[in-house]
Amino acid sequence: MARAEKIKYLIIGNSAGGIGAAEAIRGVDKAGTLTIVSDEPYPAYSRPLISEHLSEGRPLEKILYRPADFYDKNKIKTLFGDKVAQINFSERTLELESGRTIAWQKLLLATGGSPIVPGMEGKDLKGVFTFTTLDDAKAIDKFLKQRQGKIKAVVIGGGLIGVSATEALLKRGVEVSIVEMKDWILNTILDEEAAALEAVALSGAGVDIITGHTVARINSSLLGEVNGISLDDGRSIPCDMVVVAIGVTPRLDLVAGNGVKTNRGIIVDRRMATSVPGVYACGDVAEAYDFVYGENRVTPVWPNAYTGGRVAGLNIAGKKAEYGGGTAMNALKYFGVNILSAGMVTPPDDSYEVISQRGDGIYRKVIIKGGEILGMVFAGDIEKAGIIYNLMKDGVNVAAFKEALVADDFGLASLPEKIWRARLEIPASEEASIVPPVELPEEAVIDE
Amino acid sequence: MRKVYVREEVCIGCRLCEVYCQLKHARSKDLVKAFKRESPPPLARIRVDEKGVVSLSVRCQQCDDAPCVQACLTGALERNPESRLVNVDEDRCIGCWTCLLVCPLAAIKPDTEQKRALKCDLCQGEEIPVCVANCPNEALVYVEV
Repeated sequence: MARAEKIKYLIIGNSAGGIGAAEAIRGVDKAGTLTIVSDEPYPAYSRPLISEHLSEGRPLEKILYRPADFYDKNKIKTLFGDKVAQINFSERTLELESGRTIAWQKLLLATGGSPIVPGMEGKDLKGVFTFTTLDDAKAIDKFLKQRQGKIKAVVIGGGLIGVSATEALLKRGVEVSIVEMKDWILNTILDEEAAALEAVALSGAGVDIITGHTVARINSSLLGEVNGISLDDGRSIPCDMVVVAIGVTPRLDLVAGNGVKTNRGIIVDRRMATSVPGVYACGDVAEAYDFVYGENRVTPVWPNAYTGGRVAGLNIAGKKAEYGGGTAMNALKYFGVNILSAGMVTPPDDSYEVISQRGDGIYRKVIIKGGEILGMVFAGDIEKAGIIYNLMKDGVNVAAFKEALVADDFGLASLPEKIWRARLEIPASEEASIVPPVELPEEAVIDE
Repeated sequence: MRKVYVREEVCIGCRLCEVYCQLKHARSKDLVKAFKRESPPPLARIRVDEKGVVSLSVRCQQCDDAPCVQACLTGALERNPESRLVNVDEDRCIGCWTCLLVCPLAAIKPDTEQKRALKCDLCQGEEIPVCVANCPNEALVYVEV
């Protein structure tokens, strides 16, 4: 059999991780053959913007993650709308569902996550959706356009995807109930207090929030369409559609039983390399270093996917690069409430110290242990949150100035001089030659 | 590229840099109109942090490997390969504020009204950024690094 050329860099996945890697590879190697395979038929788009596609019809061209000429300009061959059927790691080949076989030298698995849909009765009915891809948004849009009159939706899961879907549906005039199993919505990314701010905004917009319950089954009309759900306590809620937004799970199907070491996700080292030589992983499918927990964890958020992909790409192209680690981090802007959170949001036990400040829609909280920040939640006033996040990322001991972190007037000047100097100073090597010497004021000026 | 740095030793926190930044980025280029009548009000892309006698005029340092560019969910934040400037494409910015979370200087200003991130653009079109040109104490310097 005539074998196609051996691709130098093959990336499976065309979202944040895959693009991060491709950009890094091209920063090092302008010419080596680079191919991206994706089962989605589109150029890379900003996944969080599918809610804008649904709510206001923002077209694909306006949600592109990179300019339209990105692939051409970077000499990236694209195989979009084709799915990888299987990978042969020892032969370094893979087969596509279209029948093609591709040989590769280095492989990046940036396959992402897939939505979790529990095996409940009614999950395959017409009118049941997930909300993680552009096609999901398109399917919901089509459904809404076909329906007349008031439409009622139940969103299963009050996490980020559920709230994002809720906001978009509301803008389309759909009446929404959220069913959240835990005690409060957004419980994996917000503490109870910050989540309450969001819940108030949601309720104010007319959303019915049911917490502490699960959906036992989705009920069907005689036509096989959704006509309601039943909760675990027997209550029924009539509805025309259901969005399942429980969460995402790493897409491990391509590596299952294939010798690639996995836990919840594909385990990677600090270079984003898997247990198989020449094979790397990043993004939602990977279990990479989390600097808050000091161990590998799945942190399915966009920025970590890009940065992990970038590190993978540099290593793939022959540079040495280390992933500094990521942690769970989220920015929320739903219903006009601005919240940033990162790391732990609720202390696991009372050996952690919590420093917080609140008032008038403003909430700032920092979780500290051993002098180091391990988590943060900022709502309402979010402008200085980046300073805190970076103190956490850098493992700075904040014991001496911890109270200042949540103060109204917190800023770089609140930090020890050594820290702000490091962030603001003119790079030392150049300084002497360029800047005229500063005429310092007298040591002290004291009134006679 | 040239960048703006603060000389803390002589920065007295007068905030004129903020005022000139705000004016520079106002639609009306008139001080009084910009501050009293413009709606939405123009926002400064720089900030003065103060604690006791320490005052620091803070702005985007156009980092190499800028964390905001890496974190941006939409691709709105990008580095201009020629000027090395980190730009926000306002059409693509949705005001998700992920960039705020990762910036070590908190140098991105959230325009919550128009839902877009604002940052220092080193006053494109000016030879010297207006904050530097108008600092009465020469506490801001514009240097090649």
